[in-house]
Amino acid sequence: MSERGVVVSKPYNRLSREQIELIDKISLALLENPGILCYHQESVSLLEKAGATAKATREGEHEAWWVSIPAKVVKEALESAPSKIVLGARDPENRVVLDAEGFRTHFGSGSETNYWVEAKPEVFKSREDGHERTFPLLTKQRGSVDLLCRSAHLAEQLENLDFFIRNVNVQDNDITTDNKDVNVFFSSLNNITKPVIGGVADFDQLEKVVEMAEIISGGRDELVKNPLVSFITSVIKSPLQVVAETAEKLVAIARLGLPVVISTSPQGGSTAPIDEVGMVAQVNAEALAGITINQLANPGAPVIYGAVPVRARMDDLHDMYGVPEFCHYTMACAQMARHYGVPCYSTAGVGDAKVPGIQASVEKVYTHTAVPFAAPDLVHYSFGLLDKTQIFCPEQAVLDNHHIGMSKFLYRESGVTEESVDKTIKMIRDVMNSPYRMYARYARPLLRRGEIFSGFPFEGELEDQDQTLLKVHEHMEELEKREPKHLPEDVCAKIFEKIPGLLPRLNPYK
Amino acid sequence: MKEELIEGIVQNVLQGRRNQDDEGIEEGTVGQPGVAELVQEALDNGIDTNTILLEGLSRGMEMVGQKYETGEYFIPDMLTAAEAVEAGMEVMEPHLLGEEAGAGKGTIIMATVEKDLHDIGKNLVCIMLKGAGYNVVDLGIDVPSERVVEAAEEEKADLIGLSALLNTTMVNMGKVIEALDKKDLRDKVKVIIGGAPTSEDFAQEIGADGYGKDAFAAIREADKLMKTGGGS
Repeated sequence: MSERGVVVSKPYNRLSREQIELIDKISLALLENPGILCYHQESVSLLEKAGATAKATREGEHEAWWVSIPAKVVKEALESAPSKIVLGARDPENRVVLDAEGFRTHFGSGSETNYWVEAKPEVFKSREDGHERTFPLLTKQRGSVDLLCRSAHLAEQLENLDFFIRNVNVQDNDITTDNKDVNVFFSSLNNITKPVIGGVADFDQLEKVVEMAEIISGGRDELVKNPLVSFITSVIKSPLQVVAETAEKLVAIARLGLPVVISTSPQGGSTAPIDEVGMVAQVNAEALAGITINQLANPGAPVIYGAVPVRARMDDLHDMYGVPEFCHYTMACAQMARHYGVPCYSTAGVGDAKVPGIQASVEKVYTHTAVPFAAPDLVHYSFGLLDKTQIFCPEQAVLDNHHIGMSKFLYRESGVTEESVDKTIKMIRDVMNSPYRMYARYARPLLRRGEIFSGFPFEGELEDQDQTLLKVHEHMEELEKREPKHLPEDVCAKIFEKIPGLLPRLNPYK
Repeated sequence: MKEELIEGIVQNVLQGRRNQDDEGIEEGTVGQPGVAELVQEALDNGIDTNTILLEGLSRGMEMVGQKYETGEYFIPDMLTAAEAVEAGMEVMEPHLLGEEAGAGKGTIIMATVEKDLHDIGKNLVCIMLKGAGYNVVDLGIDVPSERVVEAAEEEKADLIGLSALLNTTMVNMGKVIEALDKKDLRDKVKVIIGGAPTSEDFAQEIGADGYGKDAFAAIREADKLMKTGGGS
C-alpha cells in the first residue's frame, strides 16, 4: 500500500447526501436531454450498442451526433469502473494507490505552461545611502525539453510532490508534432521515479509512448501491473461535447488497460453555468459521459473522474483559480466522484498572480488548503503555476512544496483517544509539580517523530526586506545539484534504439 | 568502570534524562539509570565531583550546545539537557559543599521586574544557566527592585538577570540599577537584561552591563562578565 499522500482525517462534505442525489439527478437528466454532442463515431457506436440513441447532425465542416444517454447506461458503466487504481512508478515505493472509498489525497504538478520564470539574485546599490542589497530579478523564457528535464528532476526532490504531470510546454526548434510526445514522456521518465501522468498530443505517438514505458517496465504485463505512465484525455469540450481526436485516444487507452483521467475543464460564466449547482451538474455530466465511453470500450479499465472547473473573470473572461467559487466547485466534484466510487482527479494551487511571492502564495495556499479537505485522490496543478496556467516558476514550486506540507499537516487526526487520557493527565500534573512548569520535555518526542510542524524554512535575516525568494532560490539550487535518477544505461540504449524521434541530446549516457 | 559511568552521564545529558523515569530522545530508555542515578553511582565509586562535573555534566552540555549550533538539537533538547544537568548537580550538592563551597561559575539573581507577570523567557534562562553551572536564585515574577537588590546582597550575587515582556514594565529594569547605586552595590554586581521589548541600546541607556537577546546569548554574556571581573 502506498504511503505517499496524506489521509484527510475528516473530509469536508460540502454537499449533503440529498444534494449529491440532486446533482446526480440533474446530470443524468442532462445526459439524456440534450445529451452529448459527440464528434467521435466509434464512441457513438459504443453508446448506441449500450442503449443510447444517436441522431446525426453536422457542426460546420464536421459530422457529429446528438447522443441521448439513458441513466441506465451510465449506471452500468459506473458499476464496472474500478474504485481502486494503482499509478505505478519507476521506484515502486513511489507508487500511488487511488481508492475512491478512502480519503488519501496526493499532490502533483501540471500543466503545460508556455513560460518558465525563475529568480536570479542580483546586487543593487541604494542611491540613498550607498548600501548594497541583493534582490531577485525574474527572467522569463519559453519552455524547452531542457527545462522540462530540470522540472522533472526538481519534482523528484520535492517531498510533497506525489505524481508528475509535465509542467512545461516544450517549444524547441527540433520539436515537431511527430516527436513531441515521445520526447516529453522520455524527459519526464528519465528524471523522476514517481508516477508520470500526461496527455498525448498526437494519437500516432501513443503506441510509441506505451512501448517506451513497456521497455522501462519490462513488458506489457509488467506495465499493466505497475503502470508507470498514466494518461489524461481532455475528451470533453464544454459544454457537453465529445471531441473526436481525444475520444479516439480515450478508447485506445481503455483497451490498453492503462489508467486514464477524464479531464473536463469548463469555465463558469462562459462554457458552464457560474453558479455552483449548474457548474457541478454540468461538469459531473461531462465526467460521467467520458467514464461511460471508457467503460464501454473496455469494462473494468482504470478510469479517473477528472474535474477542473474554473471560474471566469468578469472583466476579461480569463480563468480564475484563487477564488472561493473554484473551491466550491472542486470540493463538490470530489464528493460526486466518491459517490460513484470512482477515484477523483482535482485541482488546487494555481496562482492567478504573474510573479512568485506573496500574492501568488496567498492564492495558492487558499486552494491548497480548502480543496484537499474534500479528499480528492489526486490534486494536480499544485506546484509552481502562475498567471493562471501560463507560467511555471521553480522557486514558487519549492515554496508550494512547503505550503502543501502545511496543508498535509492540517488534515491529521486530532490524537484524542482513550489512551491519551491518563497520559495527558499525568503529563500536566507532573509539569504543575515541577519547578518551572515547562512542557519542553514533552515536546521533544513529538519533535523527533515529526509530529511538530517544522515552521517556515525560508526566513530572511533582514528586518526591512522580504528575502523569501532569495532563500527559496538558494534551496532550489541545492535541490537541483542532487544527482538525477536517470534510467539505467541499457534501458536508455534500448529506448533510443526502438523509439524513433527522440532527441539524441536527451540521452544522459551519450 | 569510571569511563563507562562518565560516558553514561554524558549520554544521558544528551538524552535529557534526569532519572530512570524519564523518556529520552530514543525510545525504550525508561527504567534505565538517568543522570541522577549515574552521578550517585559515580560518587559511590569514589569518582571525584570535579571529574563528574567537568568530564560528565559539563562535557555533555557542551555537546548539546554543539548539536544546537549545527541544527540537530532544538530548544526543548537544550532545556531537558539542562534539567538533567541540574538533577546531577542536586545529587552532587552535599559533596560539593564538603569539598568546595560555592562551586559553580557564580551566583545569579533572576527576576521578572515589577508589574510584569511573564516568566517563560526568564524560566528558560534560569534552566539554561543552571545547566551551564551557575547557582541560580530565582525570585519569580513581579519582583520590586528593592527585593532584587536585597536578594543580591543576601546571596552575595555576582550577577543579576532581569526580564520584562512589556514596554510599560521594562523601565523598571532601570529602577533596579538605580537601587543598586543607592546601596553602593553597583560595582559589585553586574546586571544583564533581556526580554522581547529590550535591546542592546536600551541596555546601554539604563546602564546595564549586558544584554541577552535569547537564552544562549544570556549565558554567553554571563560567562563574559564573570571572566572580565564581574561579580563580588
